[in-house]
Amino acid sequence: MHLLPYLLAGLAFGFVMIKSEAASWYRIMEMFYFQSFHMFGIMASAIATGLIGVLLLKRYGRLLTLDGEPIVIPQKAPGRWNYIFGGLIFGLGWGVIGLCPGPIFSLVGMGSIGALAALAGALHGTWLYGLFKNRLPH
Amino acid sequence: MDTLIAWLHSPWPWYVSGPLIGLMVPLMLWIGNRSFGISSNLRHLCAMTQPKSVGVDFFQYNWREQSWSLVFAVGAVLGGFLAGIVFANPEPIDLSIGALTMFSYWNVPIAGGYLPPVLFDLTWMGVIVMFIGGVLVGFGTRYASGCTSGHAITGLSTLQLQSLLAVLGIFAGGLLSAHFITPHLLSLFW
Repeated sequence: MHLLPYLLAGLAFGFVMIKSEAASWYRIMEMFYFQSFHMFGIMASAIATGLIGVLLLKRYGRLLTLDGEPIVIPQKAPGRWNYIFGGLIFGLGWGVIGLCPGPIFSLVGMGSIGALAALAGALHGTWLYGLFKNRLPH
Repeated sequence: MDTLIAWLHSPWPWYVSGPLIGLMVPLMLWIGNRSFGISSNLRHLCAMTQPKSVGVDFFQYNWREQSWSLVFAVGAVLGGFLAGIVFANPEPIDLSIGALTMFSYWNVPIAGGYLPPVLFDLTWMGVIVMFIGGVLVGFGTRYASGCTSGHAITGLSTLQLQSLLAVLGIFAGGLLSAHFITPHLLSLFW
């Protein structure tokens, strides 16, 4: 398996998280108070670009992955309540710490102790989910 | 060359950074049929470190097959270091007037531009708040099988209904806590 392309893609992603200021607590609060178009513009143009990019990949169906396989778009598992409740719980945390998982990793790279604490918390939260998974509605 | 360096130091407008983030979706498909996202790494890190005696089945799988994802996260940390430290923005963050007024009302200094100093650095209150908020983020993203990257960007741009449900939940939860918890929490700091 070739891992270098993933390292470079991750590097680009982390770089853009900081340069877009999507990793900024201030920008996230500004978004939740509808005080600026900035974050909404990022989300809308990112989704539009992803949509067009995926359409082009589908249209030029003969295009293969770097490993020479045909491109297949991974589908999300069926479910309803897990997506709604999980989203709500994640959102409740996001509206306080102002960081979603991508920015948590980028800010750890900036040497933020707070982001490291958020990462430690997120790992504990993930573990708690694994523990209670079977008792939760999905 | 100087223009390039200046551009790397400056923050990027939404119409540059948004499309770059969106390009991650076809890019990850092209590299190896991967779904762009980062929060599953939290699960892989748990799977890596879970002692055999504990044995929660959600973490019993061969995480080595997901090395590509862990490598992507290492890249994101390095990218954060490059963009935030090596090519740090020398200017204060260019927030809207509305936000600046709100933060001055909340008594939150704008230093650094990423997290208020009390949350960015090592302070008791900061670490406790970031940890508890992190627990909610980690629990919620795994419950919903994805975060802003996996659902709002990848899921919506590949037209998946489950991701729309997750995004609606995420935004509703964020609105609730940003309006009814965060301002009160901040008043405890000062």
